[in-house]
Amino acid sequence: MPSPYLPNTDADRSAMLREIGANSADELFYDVPAQFRNVQFKLPPPLSELELKRELEELAKRNASLDDYVCFLGAGYYRHFIPSVVAHLTSRSEFYTAYTPYQAEASQGTLQATYEYQSLVCQLTGMEVSNAGMYDGSTAAAEAALMAHRITGRDRVAVLATVNPRYQAVIATYVRDQDISLEKMEPNLDSLPSDCACLVVQQPNFFGYFEDLRAHARKAHDSGALLIVIVDPISLGMFKPPGDYGADIVVAEGQALGSPLSFGGPGLGIFTCRREYLRQMPGRIVGRTVDRNGRPGYVLTLATREQHIRRERATSNITTNEALVALAATVYLAAMGKKGLRQVAELCYHKAHYAARAISELKGYRLVFPQPFFKEFVVRCPVAPQQINQALFEEKIIGGLDISHLVDNGMLFCVTEVNTKGEIDRLVKFLGEL
Amino acid sequence: MNPKEYRYTQEHEWICPEPGGKGRVGITDYAQSQLGDIVFLDLPAPGTKVTQFEKMGEIETVKAVSDLFSPVSGEILEINQAVIDDPRLVNEDPYGAGWLVRLALSQPTELEALMSSDEYAEFVAGLSEES
Amino acid sequence: MFRHYLLPDISQPGKVGCTLPPLDVPPAEPPPKELLREELALPEVSEVELVRYFTALSRLNYGVDTGFYPLGSCTMKYNPKWHEDIARLPGFAWIHPYQPIDSVQGALKLMFQLQDYLAEITGMSATSLAPMAGAQGELAGIKMIKAYHRERGDKGRRKILVPDSAHGTNPATAAMCGLEVATVPSDDKGNLDLKALAAMMNDEVAALTLTMPTTLGLFDPHIAQISQLVHERGGLLYGDGANLNSLLGKVKFGDLGFDCVQLNLHKTFSTPHGGGGPGSGPLCVKSNLADFLPSPLVVKNDKGYTFTSPAKSIGSLGAAYGNFGVMVKAYAYLRSLGAEGLKAISENAVINANYLKEKLKAYYHLPYDRTCMHEVVFSGKRQKAKGVRTWDIAKRLLDYGFHPPTIYFPLVVEEALMIEPTETESKETLDAFISAMREIAREAEENPEILRTAPHNTPVARLDEAAAARKPDLRWELS
Repeated sequence: MPSPYLPNTDADRSAMLREIGANSADELFYDVPAQFRNVQFKLPPPLSELELKRELEELAKRNASLDDYVCFLGAGYYRHFIPSVVAHLTSRSEFYTAYTPYQAEASQGTLQATYEYQSLVCQLTGMEVSNAGMYDGSTAAAEAALMAHRITGRDRVAVLATVNPRYQAVIATYVRDQDISLEKMEPNLDSLPSDCACLVVQQPNFFGYFEDLRAHARKAHDSGALLIVIVDPISLGMFKPPGDYGADIVVAEGQALGSPLSFGGPGLGIFTCRREYLRQMPGRIVGRTVDRNGRPGYVLTLATREQHIRRERATSNITTNEALVALAATVYLAAMGKKGLRQVAELCYHKAHYAARAISELKGYRLVFPQPFFKEFVVRCPVAPQQINQALFEEKIIGGLDISHLVDNGMLFCVTEVNTKGEIDRLVKFLGEL
Repeated sequence: MNPKEYRYTQEHEWICPEPGGKGRVGITDYAQSQLGDIVFLDLPAPGTKVTQFEKMGEIETVKAVSDLFSPVSGEILEINQAVIDDPRLVNEDPYGAGWLVRLALSQPTELEALMSSDEYAEFVAGLSEES
Repeated sequence: MFRHYLLPDISQPGKVGCTLPPLDVPPAEPPPKELLREELALPEVSEVELVRYFTALSRLNYGVDTGFYPLGSCTMKYNPKWHEDIARLPGFAWIHPYQPIDSVQGALKLMFQLQDYLAEITGMSATSLAPMAGAQGELAGIKMIKAYHRERGDKGRRKILVPDSAHGTNPATAAMCGLEVATVPSDDKGNLDLKALAAMMNDEVAALTLTMPTTLGLFDPHIAQISQLVHERGGLLYGDGANLNSLLGKVKFGDLGFDCVQLNLHKTFSTPHGGGGPGSGPLCVKSNLADFLPSPLVVKNDKGYTFTSPAKSIGSLGAAYGNFGVMVKAYAYLRSLGAEGLKAISENAVINANYLKEKLKAYYHLPYDRTCMHEVVFSGKRQKAKGVRTWDIAKRLLDYGFHPPTIYFPLVVEEALMIEPTETESKETLDAFISAMREIAREAEENPEILRTAPHNTPVARLDEAAAARKPDLRWELS
């Protein structure tokens, strides 16, 4: 079957082979020992665009999409409203079909947009510098721990038990082979051992409530460790940014800023820090400069930190990141702006509190944590959360995250600005009827 | 040209001996021209002990990182804040305003292992023939 | 001419970029004041200004849709448009990673089949789709190799051998895994120096990492001997699959002796690179390593598809399951090709590269004059003698409307120019590129200044990178 992605005809190929001096394409593979060449591949037969579209649409329909289901699930991935302008602009193929902007003169669009991204993210987190992004929030947290190890020369990473368990697992994967030990700490710890490189905390934490960041910052700094904060970027529309508490490195999952859930990927690892640690930061960074005529322009800079130059002494092995998701976050933050982001955060806050209150008034349900929270909260249910979720699913509602392995019959609910009062009331009604 | 009173290493550092067993250290004109635009210097803090011919810092250009070796053993007394603030000084005046650190020599006899300016000039001439 | 401005320059108090619904529930008690933020200094921009701004920015970019993008080792092939539509279907784009497993069976089936197809294409026995980019796949691969030796009680293997032509991620990855790096030289034909390898290969070596075809665009004909040497002495052979495009449907990594290989869906399987990402770096392994794969894998049982974690898994690499959105596009690509389609890709990619090689070798120094695979590496040293650097040639190509090749890589070639045309380029496009390259070679002889000051037709001229690094200006501030 001729392929729309292979423009050359048989005649073209023959002409080219003649120029090369070969009789067949296969001749060009003669460096491959004969026994390894032209082996059999068992793959399904090719399909046309129309056939395959139908098949994939069928496959997509076998998933319960949040377009059809009401969702109260969060735990690090969030359904927030995305203005149409975001997808329209990130769909400009000059953006999405470009490679990493190594040739600055042909990549000013990506570079300037990344400079905007770095600026917006710093404004949001209250931090001094940002890189162009990591894979996701969890790998950003893991790279932050490795960075703290490089800065302090210490081999112990302390993580609060209230940090998302999946993030804890990824940090464990990353530190394991560098002889760094990982210690889980209770949030009410009095002080940090003096040989820790960092204290990793999440704000609001995995259970949705606010940590005493001021106290954590003091404990970390008193022992000479860095404070690493994992944050929900939407919460920063309303709540004090970690930079104001003296955080040294702030990371976040950036999916909530203008990207769909996509089953958890691609996401975006937001990574920001204090300026004094700039040269230990992993990942790409864009800087502003001028061209030979004095016009402003942008380049990848401080590249000596990176693998293609410093090789085994690089700050990370990362190269490809999540640039297009960072672009979406840039457009999203610009579209929301000062007022919009605050409004999104406030809508989340009030709706979540409305839901939490209504659920806690139901017989057998109660809120587990008394601390202030943002858009997520843990409810102790009268029956197993799994059972509840099955029943809710029948009603086209995706309930909260089952965390009964952490909290007895515990369920972590999430309410955002996309959840209407009607949806929340329906959830409460069904929970009450169970 | 390479100052007569300085001593030189094969790694293209120089040291200018000063009274009291001290010395100023920098990189040679040949080194700066090979490196190109220097953008960042990572120099050892005062009080750091350094060993002859061992790494004591790094010099960065836009697309490369080079190690900086100490021409002698001793202790760092001072770093040149002016080159930290503006690394271009190293390119512009490597033997003067572009000096990098001052140190106290722990074994002044080590200077004898270094090249004179004539020997260094010959050494560099040999390098350019090879390439 | 593009007028330079940034978001704060078009920000005015009172402008909004979108509207949100009013609060439809009774307001809650406000949170404690000390938790609240006073100032949120983000720009205030209207939607129309926003659209004009980012549209203007997009026009300063060069993408595959703009024109020929022969960036060596990056496989910048055409990205089929309908794949973007498929990935945006609500059933793929709007599913939550933690929703009930029964409610995402379509997604799991797609992942399960993709695991299978990639294992078949590489001749391996298992695949993990978890790595979110090639470098993360590499990180997981080396961690697995370390775990494999540890498990066998073979504790002295603390070194990774890396060819001198290797990509910088290879040594950086080894270091992130707490291993030492030793460099194996190439011989004068661009192959791995077998004698040197034999001398270096001992019971301290955990693995040899090898890109195949190599970063010189060459297939190393001694692959069987290399594999034998490494394995005889207890090491494993790690494959960097960055250059898989030239082997698709023709050759399997597993047959060549590799124990594991990481792929780049955003290169070989045509998912767009997004100006730097997202990528996806699946890891395919032989059965000896399957138990160590990163978590999770998709398996099929009598109830359908579900996630599982391999027995001795090195752990998880992210908070979800990898870059699913990228997998959807790669899956669509594979299914539209079939085995014959894959073979057509590698054959066309290799014909295109060899055609460029033949037509340009009289003009640029060709350090390894032999049949190449999907890319060809020239050296600009003939032009350097005229005072023109490879850097200048690359910038001048921009004036001719082409994206430059990869330059100064691999490091073993002086003034390297690494050209990868891919299979999606027509002979007409290649001929136009050949003319431009020949013209530039002539300019290097006759008018080197025009190269040294290039580019002349781009939105900005050559940028002062030294100034950017000396006084980093990495953001604007707004209060």
